[in-house]
Parts: sequence; C-alpha cells; structure tokens
Amino acid sequence: MSAAFIFEQLLNSLQLGVMLFVMAAGLTLVFGVMGLINLAHGSLYMVGAFFCAWVAGETGSFWIGLGAGLVAAAAAGAIIEMLVMRRLYDRDHLDQVLATFSLILIFNEGTRWVFGAQPLYLDIPDALATSVPLPGGGGYPLYRLMIIGFGVLTAVGLYLLISRTRLGMQIRAGESDREMIGALGVDINTLYTLVFAIGAMLAGLAGALVGALQSVEVGMGEPVLILAFVVIVIGGIGSIKGALIGAILVGLVDTLGRAFLHQLFALALPPAEANGYGAALASMSIYLLMAIVLAWRPKGLFPVNA
Amino acid sequence: MKSKLLALALAASVSMPAMAQAENVKIGMITTLSGGGSSLGIDIRDGFALAVKQGGGKLGGQDVEVMIEDDARKPDKAKQIADKFLKRDKVDILTGLVWSNLALAVVPSAVKGGTFYVSPNAGPSQLAGKLCHENYFNVAWQNDNLHEAMGAYVSSQNLKNAYILAPNYPAGKDALTGFKRFYKGELAGETFTKLGQKDYAAELAAIREAKPDSVFFFLPGGMGIAFMKQYAQSGIEAPVFGPAFSFDQGILKAVGDAALGVKNSSQWNKDIDNAANKAFVAEFQAEYGRLPSLYASQGYDAARLIASALEKTGGVEDADAFRAALKAAEFESVRGAFKFGPNNHPIQDIYVREVIKEGDVLTNKIVGVGLKDHADAYASECSM
Repeated sequence: MSAAFIFEQLLNSLQLGVMLFVMAAGLTLVFGVMGLINLAHGSLYMVGAFFCAWVAGETGSFWIGLGAGLVAAAAAGAIIEMLVMRRLYDRDHLDQVLATFSLILIFNEGTRWVFGAQPLYLDIPDALATSVPLPGGGGYPLYRLMIIGFGVLTAVGLYLLISRTRLGMQIRAGESDREMIGALGVDINTLYTLVFAIGAMLAGLAGALVGALQSVEVGMGEPVLILAFVVIVIGGIGSIKGALIGAILVGLVDTLGRAFLHQLFALALPPAEANGYGAALASMSIYLLMAIVLAWRPKGLFPVNA
Repeated sequence: MKSKLLALALAASVSMPAMAQAENVKIGMITTLSGGGSSLGIDIRDGFALAVKQGGGKLGGQDVEVMIEDDARKPDKAKQIADKFLKRDKVDILTGLVWSNLALAVVPSAVKGGTFYVSPNAGPSQLAGKLCHENYFNVAWQNDNLHEAMGAYVSSQNLKNAYILAPNYPAGKDALTGFKRFYKGELAGETFTKLGQKDYAAELAAIREAKPDSVFFFLPGGMGIAFMKQYAQSGIEAPVFGPAFSFDQGILKAVGDAALGVKNSSQWNKDIDNAANKAFVAEFQAEYGRLPSLYASQGYDAARLIASALEKTGGVEDADAFRAALKAAEFESVRGAFKFGPNNHPIQDIYVREVIKEGDVLTNKIVGVGLKDHADAYASECSM
C-alpha cells in the first residue's frame, strides 16, 4: 500500500465530504430557519442534474448546463415553497414529512413524464477530463478537484452570507425567533422563499456536478437524501458548521471503510470471507458512526439551541 | 401508492359475455416501474405487452388479462403485490421481477402454492439449484451465465490478472462466482460494492494500485453508467469487460463514448439473424420509438413462451399439461435456438458483443460466441 494510494483515498474522502456538505447545507438551512423537514430535497438535486444534462445536451456546453441546473433547481425550490411549504410551517413534522414525501413521488413521476425513463447523458467538460499528477505517483481527476473547489467555495460563501450580510442577519434572527423578526418588519414570506431557493440551488449544484460523474436518472436523489440526513443528524440539525464537519466525517468514514476495511479483515480471514465482511461493514459504517455520535451526543456534534 | 390495472386484453374482453371473461388466463406482472432501475422494468413490460398486442390481446389464441404493478425495487412491496395477485386476483401465472433479491422473496412461496412463475430476468443461483421448482421457468438466463461467458472470453484473450467487482447482493455474488468458474488466470483483486453505489473513487484507486491487466465488472443500471464514466476519467488503461447489463441499449446513450469498443456478453442482440428477431426489433421500434434492449427481448420471449404453451393446452386448468408445454418451449425465441435444461433454466449460446457506433447511435454488434449451448452450473443441485 503506497503513500500515494492513501493520499488519493483521503482526497476521495474530502471530495465526497464536500459534495455531501453542499447537499446537506440546504437541508439544514431550511430546517434551521423554518423548522421544516424537507424530504423533497433529493428531488431538487435530481432537477439540477436533469436540467444540466438537458441544456448541456442541447447547447453542447456543460457550463451553460450547470447554470441552467442551478436556475431550474432554485426556481423549482421557490415554486414549491410558495405552493406547498408555506402551508406546512405551522404543522407538525409528521405532516411535513408526509407532504414532502408526496413531492418526491410527484417529482419522480413528473421527471419520467418529461424526460423519459431512460437515464440521460451528461459528461464532464473535455477541458477537465484529465488527471493531475499526485506527489508519490498516480494522478487525480481534475474534475474531482474542481468539485472540492466548488465545495470549499460554497462553505466560504455560506459563511460570509450568514455572518456578514443583512440577509444572513435575518436568517440568524429567524433561527432564534421567527415571530419576533416578523414583528420587526422583516418580510418573512420573502425571506423564507429566498432561503428555500438558496437551499434548492445548492441541491441543484450538487446534482449537476455529481450527475456528470455518475448517472442522471429518475430516483437519483433519494440515496443522496438519506446520506444528507445522516450528515445533518451527526452535525446537529440546523447547524451549518455541523453539516460541514458531519459531511467530512461521513466522507472519511465511508471512503476509508470501502478502501481499507476488507484489507483489515484479510489480516485474519481468508480473502473471500474478508471481502464479504469488509463490504458488509463498509456499507453500514456511516450508520454506525451516526449511532456512536448520537449515543455520545444525542443532539449531534453542534446542537442548535432551540 | 399508485396501482395500475392495465387490462391489455380490454379491447377483446369488453365485447364478450361475462362467462368468457371468467376463463381468461390471468397473468400478474410485478416489475420495477418507478424509482431507480425503472427503465429495466419498463422494457420488460413493453416487450411483454408487444407480444400480447401482436396476438390481438391474446397469447396463443387465449384471452389473457395482464395485471401490472410496480414493486419500486422493494422486496417487501413485491411480496405484498404477489400476495394480492395470488389471494385476491387469483392469477394463474406470475412474471416480471427484475431483481434477484425480490425474486427470492416472492417466487418460492408462490410456486409452492401451485402458481406458475416465468422469470423474464432474475435468475438467482438458489432458484436454479436447491430451491428449484417445477412451476418456475426462467426464460432469460441463470444469473451466472453471462458472467461465465465473459470469464471464458477474458481467458481466451490471454489476460491473466483480472480485477473483478460487483455489488454486494445475490446477483452480484453469482456474477463473480460465475466469472471465476470459467476464468483461468489470477485475480488482481475482488471487491463487493454497496448496491446502488454511484461513486467509485475509492474502488478505482484500489484498481490502479493493484495494476490488473483487465477489469471485469457487473454493475447493472445507473451503477454501471457511473462506473464507466469514472473509469474513463481515471486514466486506468486496462481493458474493461462486463455482461450486457451495463452496455445495453437503454443505457449506452447515458454512458456515452466511454463505452465504445467494450466487449460484453449477452444471449441476445438486435443483429441476431432470424425471422422472429427481425420482426421483434422492427415492431418494437415502430411501437415505442426506441431500439429494444436486452430486457425488452426477455419480456417479449416470456410472453411468447407462455403463448406457445397456451396454444397447445388452451388454458392453465390442466396444470400438468401446461407445465409440460412450457417445458417443451416450442416457440421461436428472438435469440435463436432455445431449450430448457432439467431445472427449467435455458440452454443457449452466450455471445460476445462489442459496443460500436452506427451513425450517432451507440449500439452493439456480435463479434463471437463466448459459450456454446451453455447450461447453468446448479442443475445438479436441483432435485425435481
């Protein structure tokens, strides 16, 4: 096992982590500000990927597609906020879960209706289809490095938005006392729509970026949604900082588990059994992480004071 | 949840008296029509429906009522639908399941209760071996078959250090077992991935580290699209081999040029030269506006197998006669020669195909035969 291999796996962990953060940030933001559990967040991820694939296919440019994916996801977010979510803020979480779950079904069937059941084609731009040499040998795909870059930019951007801008101040105020900022004259409806659209746009960004790497198909959002929930539960629901730390932790545990667990088992077991146990444990590793974190800190790593 | 009741024989049955309707052969199709993997189930359904449509709402001259429900790829849901089909609708024949884990949840109890099951896809080793049953017929393949052919082919290409990977579920295990059964070289590595996994960065790094001379993978549906795209970006030079599932018509477009030139194994391709296949490919395209996939061909053959048996027996009242007629498999399969082995699984040629471009369209052409008149390895474990 070479040092380059370990370094590459660490980069992989980081890339998965920042991607999960982009996804989870929107989810946790919406929960923090509006107290809303949005199961349809994965659908917005899918919307971003499908519009990116469609527009990239029509125009031949991935970047135009990416822009279209962001706009479409933000628009879809704003629309469902105005049509559906707004009615749910005063309901309990069970109603929210039910309504947003139905949105998943509507989005999935609607996407199939519009784009067809077969997966769409979306590939990374040619300029990024190369590898960057790593110290110690081997190479790392430039596109994945770019994803890490996008993730870092998102984290910095969110930090600046929330700590340095007027909108951020309103978001923070909304988190601590919703009724009061309404009473102070802030247009709460617009604020909520805006926050929801920002969250949706982040999901669309994740979907478009990952769609080029993986596959653009109906139902692609749900597995990611589950991971995003694991991330925000570990990080503390409503906390952006928690989402960042949680995402990196999940990225590390998942990637390193897949890379090294079966080798660990192979020290004590024959290869076939080691592979089986390694794969089984690797696929539950992040849930074990979540269980351990929750046993230690029931409200997650960075609980938000409610 | 939505439940569809598609009476494909509607046109024929509305005009008929109630007595005749009661004699309809009822077929329950449980398949994946929503969520991930739905393009497979949709192709199976469309292939099956095409055969019924060609018969004017009948199969083998008998009126059939085809009920179709979506399992959303969930074993518990498939089981519920099966219970409903068996207890309430009292179907005569079940078909449609795409996934082996769903088939294992549904098939054993259904066939024990006397219902027939014709599998258009899933063929887990258990159902070919210890759990085999006289009422269970697989018209596609036993899960290992396509992988066995690829193992034989990779060895025949003088490649001796393969890295193999598949998802950690029954068909994934069958796949690697099947590959290894006919592959004679060393293994550079063997990995089970999570079912539904889409990011293969960790696995690709491990492959690069292991320096294999070839890579064999079984990752059906979106998993394969993701893997091929990421493999092409990774810069690993070793040639890739796989079963048809990741290089089939339905997903080639999404994989893109990364798939070009890849050799894959299949029991069917659109260029197999026989009258049944020509008619199937042409009529499928005319009906649905797309090229048929492997899954569509299997759905079509499942319906035509049932039709051939109904034509002989006129119904399923005499179960023994119907069973014997299914076993005889006297229909023109789109893949050419076809017969059932002792465990009701196919004995057939498995071809090697290559991904090519016809104009702008990525598709496959047959470049050789991987295994001739191939039967599965579990027949001896089946006592029937």
